[in-house]
This record gives sequence, structure tokens and C-alpha cells, in this order.
Amino acid sequence: MIADLPPGLILILGAILVPFLPGRLRQLYLLALPVLGGLQLYGLEHGSFAQTQIFGYQLTLLRVDALSVVFGTIFLITAFLNVIYGLHQRDAMQEAAALVYSGAAIGAVFVGDLISLFVFWELTAISSVFLIWASRNERAYRAGMRYLIIQVGSGVILLAGVILHAQATGSIAFDRLGLTNLATALIFIAFGIKCAFPFLHNWMQDAYPEATVVGTVVLSAFTTKLAIYALARAFPGTEILIYIGVIMTVFPVFFAVIENDLRRVLAFSLNNQLGFMVVGIGVGTPVALNGAISHAFVHIIYKALLFMSMGAVLHRVGTVKASELGGLFRSMPLTAVFCMVGAASISAFPLFSGFVTKSLTLTGVAEAGYVISWLVLVFASAGVLEHSGIKIPYFAFFAHDSGLRCREAPANMLIAMGLAAFLCIFLGVYPEPLYAMLPYQVDYEPYTTSHVLSQLQLLFFAMLAFAVLIRTGLYPAERPSTNLNTDWIYRKAAPALIAWAMTVGAALRDGVVTRARRRLERALAQIARHHGPEGVLARTLSTGNTVLWVAVLLAAMLLLNYV
Amino acid sequence: MDNGLKTEDTGGPKDEPHWLDGKRTGKRVFWGLAALCAALGLADFLYRRHVIFDFEDFPLAYAIFGFVCFFGIVLSGYPLRKLVMRDEDYYDR
Repeated sequence: MIADLPPGLILILGAILVPFLPGRLRQLYLLALPVLGGLQLYGLEHGSFAQTQIFGYQLTLLRVDALSVVFGTIFLITAFLNVIYGLHQRDAMQEAAALVYSGAAIGAVFVGDLISLFVFWELTAISSVFLIWASRNERAYRAGMRYLIIQVGSGVILLAGVILHAQATGSIAFDRLGLTNLATALIFIAFGIKCAFPFLHNWMQDAYPEATVVGTVVLSAFTTKLAIYALARAFPGTEILIYIGVIMTVFPVFFAVIENDLRRVLAFSLNNQLGFMVVGIGVGTPVALNGAISHAFVHIIYKALLFMSMGAVLHRVGTVKASELGGLFRSMPLTAVFCMVGAASISAFPLFSGFVTKSLTLTGVAEAGYVISWLVLVFASAGVLEHSGIKIPYFAFFAHDSGLRCREAPANMLIAMGLAAFLCIFLGVYPEPLYAMLPYQVDYEPYTTSHVLSQLQLLFFAMLAFAVLIRTGLYPAERPSTNLNTDWIYRKAAPALIAWAMTVGAALRDGVVTRARRRLERALAQIARHHGPEGVLARTLSTGNTVLWVAVLLAAMLLLNYV
Repeated sequence: MDNGLKTEDTGGPKDEPHWLDGKRTGKRVFWGLAALCAALGLADFLYRRHVIFDFEDFPLAYAIFGFVCFFGIVLSGYPLRKLVMRDEDYYDR
């Protein structure tokens, strides 16, 4: 491999050839690129490489350390799984966009300066929107535009922060920044937008479910976890992150309960999972940071797996609305099993990957003494079980029989889901390789009797609550609906406000114009009265009259002459 | 989309009753789960767990917390629906 070549660039530059390659060769080429990226990554030594000076600032395209390697590794694994999952499609635009997007995210985790970060940050935004537009319908086009504006906006805010930071400190190094001034606050907000902080989150639930079957799977992995990486790099131990993260874990739980579109439920669930990671970063102790980072690692896999299973349903049945699904285990048994593996992982059942990482985060939070935050996270864990652990598989594959009959998912989708499911179980049973990759040396044993017993009690009694709710008919039936969220502000309120302002403005303008016209007409009438054909000042005199007046004048002069 | 989708019961081989379709399956799952929960709850009285916070030591603390939270989360859906739920084409109108 070429020394000092950033692994992300292999995917980005490789994407250029994609549209020109024919069928089978293109598939092999798509599979080869993430593998080459992986080989390149593991051929690299720790340190900073590919450096160059521009306008006195040092750009570093390749900074290899434990943190960047963890995220680079999982991004490459996911890029590979995503390629397999999308092998059935013949859409060069999507394939190229997915490669550039994955490459940009991988590129971003290896940069060592904020300017290079900005470049890759924006590239993820621009390349990923094509995965939404690839749905090729009006709804997706509009959702994509909203997504693009917000994502590019995040980049612009990042750039403003970087410029201020460079001015103040003379440095553009992408290291620990801390929330200390306006510059770092802007950078923090830019990260927060991509990380879907509360009130900055709704681009995700708005856009992800509008992307293509493969597009949503690809989108779920990179943007938000790049933001998690950036927060872990620049703002570890920033206390406000604990409270932001706690809110992130809680509010999506309630929205996920009432959401009918199962891919949108997963987007809410993604928001909730990010909350756990943000809390871990906010606590900032080695245990909590390891928890957040390892959680990001396994989360990418099981979240992709869940999106893959819903994508397979959408591909076969044409809908992922809970109100229209049910009983699909008859037609898609393997997809159902893989979905349940993802559901068990995200719910943190022992022997599944979520358990070995979420318990690490929770231990970090508890050991740091954040008792209320810890309690909220345990509450949110019950919420995860509700929407991702039970609702997704239950309403898609079980519940009442919708009568839908279809074929099992295509082989390539089953292979991708099978590999992801294998990783979920493998890392759950044998987490040591993952723990060994983490940036901090931590001696942690997830499988203690106390941990396992507590978690099993929490989960099984929550499942019992579900069973009681179903048997008593108290569980609310799924209904076709749209649920209002913060996007209501810019999709309804802002346009309505603008329309109102236009109406009021037009009325004001009409009033002013009418009054001015009336005044003008009155003035013209006055002029016409005095100067018009009938006006006194415009009246003409006859010749006889004039001669008479001249005679009178002369007579007066004559008289005056003799007086 | 070539997906072999059928929306009606055509009486094909796939429509033969599945072993999971049995009338008593739901009941069995429910009582199986209840028995498992009983066993897990009982374990709390036989094993003293290692805790960080004192309240974790309370018997059935996790069990009660899990059950109540789940129940509360699902039931919160009713008022939340009233507050934020609109027709499916709300944004398309």
C-alpha cells in the first residue's frame, strides 16, 4: 500500500470509477475498496502523517491513534457490510455516493486539524444527501433539501468557530478544546447538530426514513457517530454533555412509542442511543469514555442490522408502517431472526453486544456519582426495549397476520444481516478484542452475577409489562399518522408566519398606496380647479376687453400726469 | 418491484398453519415469561448483589423499576398522541 495514504481517500477516490464499471466487476470493485481501506489502516503506525503547510497552518490528513483507529475500523467494517447489503441494486449514483460518504467519514476521523475536519465534515453532508434523493420522489427531494440545509449549516457554524479559534489561539489542531469561549461554543454546536442534540435533532427523523432501502442503512452509521467521535476528541469531560445526553436518551422514547413508520422508530431509537454515548463523553472518566466509544462501535452494527431488516421488509412488501404489517415471520423467517438479534443487542440482553458496552457506560456514570442521570439512563434502557427491542420485531413479524405474503429477503441482504448478527453475538460473548482496542486501559468484567441478574430482571419484567399490556388490550393500536416534532417549526410555523407577514405586508402596502393615490388625486383636482380649463388662473380675456383696459390705463396715466 | 408480494390468502403452501399460530401459543409465552420473572425475582432473595448505590440493594428494585417504567412509557403514548398526532398527510396538505 502507499505509505501515508489516508484510508478514507481510498473510498473517496475509488468512487470515481464506479459509474464506468460493468455489473459483476463493479460489485467486486465495491467490495474490494473497504477491504483495501482496512489493509491500509492496519498497515499504519500510530502518529501523525501526510502533513502540509498552508498559509502558515499545518494540515494533518492522517493522525493515527487509538481513538481514530476504533472509529476508522468500525466505519470500514460497516462500509463493507453496506456494500454487501446493496449488491442487489443497480444504481451507480447511490453506490458512488455511499462510497464517498463512508470515505469522508473515515477521512474525518483521521484528520489532525480543524480545517481538514471541516472539509470532510461538509463532504459527508453533500455526499449523503444523494442517498435520500435516490428515492427519486418529491417527498424525498424535499426532505433531502431540508437535510442538506441543516447539515451544510452545521459545517458553516464549524468553520466560523474554527476561524475564531484560529484567530484567538493561532492553532487549528483538532485536539481537546473544552467549552471555554465563543469559538469553541460554535464548534460544539456544529458537532451538536450532527449529533442530533435535543431541538437540533429532527433532521434525522425527518430525512432518514425518506432515503432508499440501502441509503437509510448507510446513513445510520456515519454522520452521527462522526459527531460522537468529534465530541470524544474535543469535549471529553464537558459536564453539560451529561445533561444533554440524558435528555437525548429520554424524549425519543416517548415519540418512538407513538410512531407508526418503523424506520422512523429506529431513527428515534438512534437518537436515544446517541444520548448514552454523549453522557459517557460528558462524564469523561476513562471508564465512561471507553463505554461511550465501545457503545458507538457496537451500536453502529446493531443499528445497521435493525435498519437492514426493516429495509428488507420495505424492499419486499413496499411499506414499513406498523399499522400495515404483521405476521411476516411466515414469509421472512431469517430476516425476523436477524432483526431479533439486533433487537436483543440494542436492548442490552446479556450475551449480545449492547450489554457489554452499555453496562460499561452505566458503570462509568454511577462511579462518577451522577445518581439521577444514572436512574434516567436505566429508565431509558427500558424505553429502548419498548421501541427497538419489542415494537420493531413484534409489529413487523408477529402481532396480527396482515395477510402479506412475500419472498424472503435477497441473498445479499441476508448475508449482510447474517454477518452483522454474528458480530452482535460474537462481541457480546467475547468482548475482549473490542475492549483491547479502546483508548484507555480499563479492567472491566461485564459478566458478573450482579450485572447479569440486574439486567435480566429489568428486561424480563419490562417484557412482562408488555405482555400484560397486550393481553389487557391496553397497548395502543398502531395508527397511520404524522407526529409533530421540532421540524413543525420550519415546515409549518415558519411558512405560516412568512405567509402571514406577506399578507400583513401586502395589506399595509395597499393602505399606503391607496392613501397616497387619494392625496395625489386630491392635489391634482386642486390644480385642475385653479389651472384647468374652468380655472380662474387659466381663464383667457377677449381682445375688446383688453383694449378697454388699456384705454382705462392710458386715461389713468393721463390724469395722473396733469394732477 | 419483483418481490413476489401477495396480499391475499391464496391457500399456497406458505399459508398452512404455522406452529407459532396455535391458539394457546400466546398464553404459553405469557405464562412462560411470568414463570421466568418469578424465578428472577426469587433470585433477589437468594443472592446479595454488588451495588454502587444503596437503593439497588432493595429486593426486586430492578424488576419493579423495569415493569413500572415500561408500563408508564407505553401509557404515556395516549396523552402524547392527543398532543402531537396528526393525519398522515399533514405536511403534504
